[in-house]
Formats: sequence, structure tokens, C-alpha cells
Amino acid sequence: MKTLCQALWLVLLMAASALPLAAQDVPPQVLQAEQQRIEVIHRARQATIAIFGRGGRGGGSGVIITPDGYALSNFHVTAGAGAAMKCGLPDGKVYDAVIVGVDPVGDVSLIKLLGRDDFPTAPLGDSDLVEPGQWCFAVGNPFLLATDFQPTVTFGIISGVHRYQYPAGTLLEYADCIQTDAAINPGNSGGPLFNMQGELIGINGRGSFEKRGRVNVGVGYAISINQIKNFLGYLRSGRIVDHAELGATVGTDPEGRVVVTDILESSDAYRRGLRYGDELVSFAGRPVTSTNMYKNILGTLPKGWRVPLSFRREGMQWDVLVRLRGAHREGELQERLTRRSRRRPAPPRRPQPGPEPKQPPGPKPKKPAKPKLPPAVAKYYEQRPGFANYYFNRLEQQRVQKLLDRLGGFSPVAESAWQFEGEQAGGLKTQLTLAPDRVELVLPGGTARLELEGDEPQLGQRLDPPGSGGLLAALYLWRRLLVHGVEKFGGMYYLGTVPLPGHRGLVDCLVGLHGGVETRAYVDPQSGRLLALEMFPDDDVDPCELVFDDYRKVGQRLVPHRLEVRHGDDVYQVFKWQKITLP
Amino acid sequence: MKRVALLALGLFATAVPLAVPGRLPAQEPLTDLVARCHPKVVKIYGAGGFRGLEHYQSGILISPQGHVLTAWSYVLDTDHLVVHLADGRRLEAKLLGADPRLEMAVLKLDGNDFPYFPLERVRLEPGAKVLALSNLYGVAVFDEPVSVQHGVVAARVPLRARRGAFETPYRGPVYILDAIVNNPGAAGGAIVDRQGRLVGMIGKELRNTLTNTWINYAIPIDQLIGTIEQIKQGKFVPRTEEAEQQARKPQDPVTLERLGIVLVPDVLPKTPPFVEEVRPGSPADRAGLLPDDLILFVNDRHLVQSCEALRKELSYIPWGDPVRLTIIRGQELRELELKTR
Repeated sequence: MKTLCQALWLVLLMAASALPLAAQDVPPQVLQAEQQRIEVIHRARQATIAIFGRGGRGGGSGVIITPDGYALSNFHVTAGAGAAMKCGLPDGKVYDAVIVGVDPVGDVSLIKLLGRDDFPTAPLGDSDLVEPGQWCFAVGNPFLLATDFQPTVTFGIISGVHRYQYPAGTLLEYADCIQTDAAINPGNSGGPLFNMQGELIGINGRGSFEKRGRVNVGVGYAISINQIKNFLGYLRSGRIVDHAELGATVGTDPEGRVVVTDILESSDAYRRGLRYGDELVSFAGRPVTSTNMYKNILGTLPKGWRVPLSFRREGMQWDVLVRLRGAHREGELQERLTRRSRRRPAPPRRPQPGPEPKQPPGPKPKKPAKPKLPPAVAKYYEQRPGFANYYFNRLEQQRVQKLLDRLGGFSPVAESAWQFEGEQAGGLKTQLTLAPDRVELVLPGGTARLELEGDEPQLGQRLDPPGSGGLLAALYLWRRLLVHGVEKFGGMYYLGTVPLPGHRGLVDCLVGLHGGVETRAYVDPQSGRLLALEMFPDDDVDPCELVFDDYRKVGQRLVPHRLEVRHGDDVYQVFKWQKITLP
Repeated sequence: MKRVALLALGLFATAVPLAVPGRLPAQEPLTDLVARCHPKVVKIYGAGGFRGLEHYQSGILISPQGHVLTAWSYVLDTDHLVVHLADGRRLEAKLLGADPRLEMAVLKLDGNDFPYFPLERVRLEPGAKVLALSNLYGVAVFDEPVSVQHGVVAARVPLRARRGAFETPYRGPVYILDAIVNNPGAAGGAIVDRQGRLVGMIGKELRNTLTNTWINYAIPIDQLIGTIEQIKQGKFVPRTEEAEQQARKPQDPVTLERLGIVLVPDVLPKTPPFVEEVRPGSPADRAGLLPDDLILFVNDRHLVQSCEALRKELSYIPWGDPVRLTIIRGQELRELELKTR
């Protein structure tokens, strides 16, 4: 009895001492800040998903970024799952999801959750504003703990920014990444890293592990969201996307400058004047302060982008635009991925947190002979070489076609000869005829003519007028795109979003193969205007660039009244049309 | 106008120190604190780079003249120590001195006006918030800032545990931290408190051999300050060239052969002076020296980092004087006196 009394007293005492501590000693600002944090974390959790492959195999995390279900994860998470996967949301519901696009070099994949158009989303932040010492938190599914899909939140600080982590071979390169001491464990892969405003600043994917086993040692890395923004349009294209190469290698000279140590003569950088020994000053708008910084910048750029490059030679600075080549040969990535999936798991040189290899004990799942997709997913999937899922490329093609349709539709004038009258630089009179069977440009010095025979005339060797890089052929391809549209142009697919000189933000880019040459068309995603078209007669040759401007109505249709033609480093000609007839 | 400015100044002056009830004392943003500490932590590159032995570690600038506090390790067993500063400078460093009993060493850079942590006898209690700055995993190079982690002091306790549990000769108190700070390359990094004061040095990676667990710890700065001062004053340092020239060599010096010590073959530029063999009945044998002992100091104050340095140091001692050797045996430090008469 006595002991019971004592125990009661003790409980009472404890209760009495606990109460005022909560009520008085904590300043209201602290409680308010805590409440704010709780709310931010609550919102951030809603958009975090757990990803599982077929039969619950593998797994990792992801984060939803659009209400219609586009979600980011790691390539090394979704690679094991194949085309279809299951995603668990914190509300406990499971959704089917399908692969959209993959970036094996950057270790990013884009998937789409199916079945809703009001998914909770995470807002994208600006990872260039992230600083060491800032608080941050990671959300995900470490060790696949959450069987009810309630994600785990780990809290920490930013340990470093602009980190470079070497790839395994040529894949899974973490360039310009964010380092955090928030616990990143296997299963966190693909999950979001948030700042304290609840904005997505990175995708967690990797940690430094060594002797302590595959668990967090306070050193985790996230792919910066700004890198992913560069690739998002590419990923939405449903392709297996590649990273960029400049075509040159760089090193640090004894004075600490970053200089070109080797350069491919076939590269655009070489054609733009970059040579052995030149000092790099800035690249893609960022200063090149060290070789690591150069690798950081390069690692965030997609193949095929055209970016500014500044270099110095003998006290002179040169500012040029360079087109970036792929880090891999055409088709090489696809080959590697197929090989990988055949003889996996191939451990990368540095271990990463990833799909949990552990499986619950039980009957071993049989290897499916042929990937069979759940019916809900099957209609969102289309296999095609070079693509993770061609269905989504078709989707983007249709979207861009709808944009182009806003120009008014050119199929009713498909059979007629289009007439352009105006002047070129210096006020000289010029006339252009664009007919189904010929292109004719009347210049003061003479007439240039391109006769077009058959369904697919070969254009690669017909680059008149001289010095233009193939203006007549490019004009023919322009008319062809307007008349036939994306679907019937010939071998046309959606590349993604790219920067365009003189244009703010990214624009949609289509790539077509017709007449033995490659065509690139650039479309403003807001106005739907065709901004530019390029014709590449061959690999490693400067294209003929048509830049369209001054769109005005001609009847029901919007037609550009200014045409600038560029080739190499020069502007070939500027045409201003005063009269355009599309009979 | 002037008066307005003065008034504003006065306002600021009173606003800062006064803790108004219900208002929190202003605390420096963590990002500013980190930015302030970054330039004071350096990357050190030296020996290693094979068999899982990293060739890099971290260091702390502790004087404007370029004294760098770091962990005593094989990385320092070279004549080519290079230090990368946060401003991108790459400087040669000299090993000024070391005390392996404290697992610490002091390097010296040439130059002036280095950013540095003043040495204060700050002592933290459990619960104190700290930041760890180090070049763990060699993530940062050249001008890239070192990594920063956050944590809390869990305890200040002697790193005693059981004999042999931890492979270190250090026997003093350590801060146990809740953050995983002792990673490859992190040794020699800084632990700072919320005011940005240096409170400890990150120690080498230590595993408890009994439980197979890794410990997260730092050596408190108050344990190191005394020895740092002694090193600056010339104790625990290798004999300088100048001192070599000034010292008078005896006619009849002590030699390894006369002491009965055979060292390991001297194959590296700086072969650590490990004992290979002890001649039976020799002074070394009688004093209890054993094969595999590593000789650290001669007569308490002269650090011998290599076989060559040991040979040279002995040559200053006349035969007949006793020779005191500080050695490491296994993980234990011992003092032996070899009688030469």
C-alpha cells in the first residue's frame, strides 16, 4: 500500500512538473516555428510515393510533380521494375504507374501515375539558391519500412553544394549535386529532398558508403532539381536521353586555369574556333573556376543543347554558341541498358542506395518470359528502339502539332505555289516561290532553284545557294512541316525542350528525317509559333538555320514576314517580305 | 541626417543584447556561421592512396601565421604535404610537431594573415549543438568548401572503454557526438559550437573491436591546447636543420648498433622507425624493447618520424647518458630507459 501511494505521488509530481514546461518555458515563436515545420512536412509527404516493381520486387521512392501524375525517381530505382510499376501514396492507396523517360547517366527517371488528375504535388524549387548550412529534409521509404506507404522523414543540413561524384563507367554520374547529412538510406533512392519552404530541391540517390555497410554515414547526395529541369522536357519525350559532351577535354594548367587539353576536329566547338590550350572562362552561363566546376556544368546539360561558351586566347576573349554532342554514340545507351538488364545486378564502382535486394522469404518469383503489362498500363505503353516509352513521344508530338495548328493550317494550300515578295539587306528586291515541285529564289545576282522530284528528294548534296548551308532545301522542309504536319513529315519525333538563341526560356524541339537530312524545328510552347528551323545535311556539318519572326496574318494564316538565314558563324541573309500570297 | 543615423545606430545597439520577454535572442543564421568557418578548415594531402588507405585528411587553421592542427596519421609520413585552402591556394606544409599520445599533429604553412580559429578553452556540456566541418571522403577539392554536418554532444567521457576495444593510444576524454562525423578523410576536421568557436578536433575512425561498432567522437580542444603551445615552443618536434648545425655532436655517440636495435629495412623516404630485432643482452633488450615496437620520441621531446631521423637524433647523445625512448606497442604507449653504462 505504501509503495502504491509513493508511486501515485511520483506520477502526480511528474505530471505537475511536465505541464508548465510545455506551457510557459517554450517561447511562442518556437512553438509557432514548430507548427510551421509540421505543416510544411505534412504537405511534402503527400507528394512522396513508394515505388515497387512487379510482384512487389525492388523498390524505392519518388515524388509527384504534376497533378496529372508525372513523378520523378532514380533511374536505378525504376530500371529494375520495367515499364509498369505500382506506386503507394501516403493515403494508403496504390496506383498503377508507367515509365515515361529515363536518363541513365543522370540517374533520373520520369514516370506517370495513372487514374487521377488531382494528385498532390511538390513545387519545384531553385537549387542554385541552396547554401551549405541550410536546414533540409528528405522524405522517402528507407529500408522499405512503410508497408502502409507512410513515408519516413529525415532531417538535416546541406553539407555541400556543386559536388561532383564520379560515374560508374559512364552511367550514374552525379554532377553539381547537393550533399546532405539528412539520413539517406537504401530505399530513399528516388525520393525528394526539400528545403524548409517545402520546395523540391533535389532527388536523393546516392551516399558515400564504405566500411560501415550500406547504411547512412551522414553523407548523402541528391541530384539538383535545376539539372532535372534541364532534362524534364527530354524525359517527357519518352526517350532514353543522353548527356552532353563538348568534344574537348579540359585540365588545369600550373597557373590553375582550366584549359583545353584535347579537342575533336569534328566537334562544333572546334568549328566555332575552340583550340588546344584555350582557357575556358564560362560555359552555359556559369563561370568555369575549376575542372570540377566544368564537369559540374557539363553534367547538367542534355545532348543536343546549344549553349554559350566563352574562352580566352592570347588576351582575347571569344564568346560563341556551341552545340553539344552526346556522351554516348547513337544507340549505345540502349545497348548498355539491355546488356545491363540481362546480366544484372552489375554492381557500380561505388555502391549506391537503391532497389533493396532483400526479398521476403518465400517462393522465388518466376522470371516472366515476356513482359506482360497490366491492362491499365498497357494502353499507355509503346515499345520502340531508342525510347523508354514511345507512347509519350506521340503524346508530345500531338501537343506540338496542336500548337502549330494555331498558325491556321496549311493543308488547304498544299498544292499551290506560295509567293513571297520583299527585300533583302540593302533594300534589294527579292522574290521567293515555294511550290510543291520547286523552290525558286530570285536574287539581284541571279536565280537559285531547287527542283524536287518524287516523294523524297535527296537533299544532302544540294546546298544552294553557296554559303547558305542549303537555304533552298531548308525552305522546302519548312513548307513540308507546315503542310504535312509532325506525323507525316517523315521520321519526326519530339526531342524535348531546348534553349534557343535570342529566346527566353526553353522551347519545344522536333527532329525529323526526310530527304536524307536531319531537320530540327523549334516551337514556342506558349504562342505555338515556329521560331526556327535547322537543316543538317550531314553529321559534323554546320546546319542552315532559318529564324522566323514578325508573324502576321495572310488570310486566315499566320506567316512570318521576317526570315533570317544563318550558317556557321555568319548571318547569310535577312529577308523582309512585303507581300505573301498563299493561293 | 547625422542625427537620424546616430539614432538608428543606437536603436540597433540596444536591440541586440536585450532579451525582450517573448522574443528570442537573435542567433546567427547557420548559413552565415558555416560560411564564416569554411575558410578555416583545410584539406591535407600526403602519403597513402593504396589498399583502402586514403591519402587525404582534414586540418584546422589555428593561427594567422599558418599553424594547422590535424590528426596524427600515416598521411603525414611524407616530405610532400600539400594543403588546399578554401580560397583555392595550394601550399606546401611542413610537419612542425606531433604528439601521437594525443593523436594530434601541427603543420606549418608559409605565409601570414590566414583565417583561423583562436584557441580558447571552451568546454561543452552534453546537449550542446555543434557543427562538424571536414573533407570527408575527399569530396571537396581545391577551392570547394569542405563538408558540414550538424549534431549534438551526447557526452564528454574518457575514451577508455575496455583495454584493446579501441585501437588508439589516446586515453583522455572525448566528445561523443550523435552525428556520423568520423568518416574517411574527416580526421583533423573541426567541431565548432553555435558561436563558431573551435571546440574539438574530429578523431580518426575508431571501431570498437568487441562490438564491431564505429564510434563518433572528437578530441576536446582543451586537451590539445597545452601540447599545441609546447609544439610551438619546440617540444615534440623533429630537430630542425638549424638546430642540427648548432648542436654539438659528441665524440662517442650512441648508435642503434650499440643499443642493440635493428630497425625495419629503410626503404621509403620516411620509413617509420619500427623495431625489427633486439639483440639479446643489449641495453635495448634489458630495457624491455621488443620487435614491432614503434619509436616515437627520443628523450621525451624529439619527435622521430623516420629511421633516418632516429639515427640522427641518437648521434647527439654521448655514450654513457641514458636514452629515454617513447614507443607504441600495439595500441599502448610506453616509456623505456636504456642504460648505456
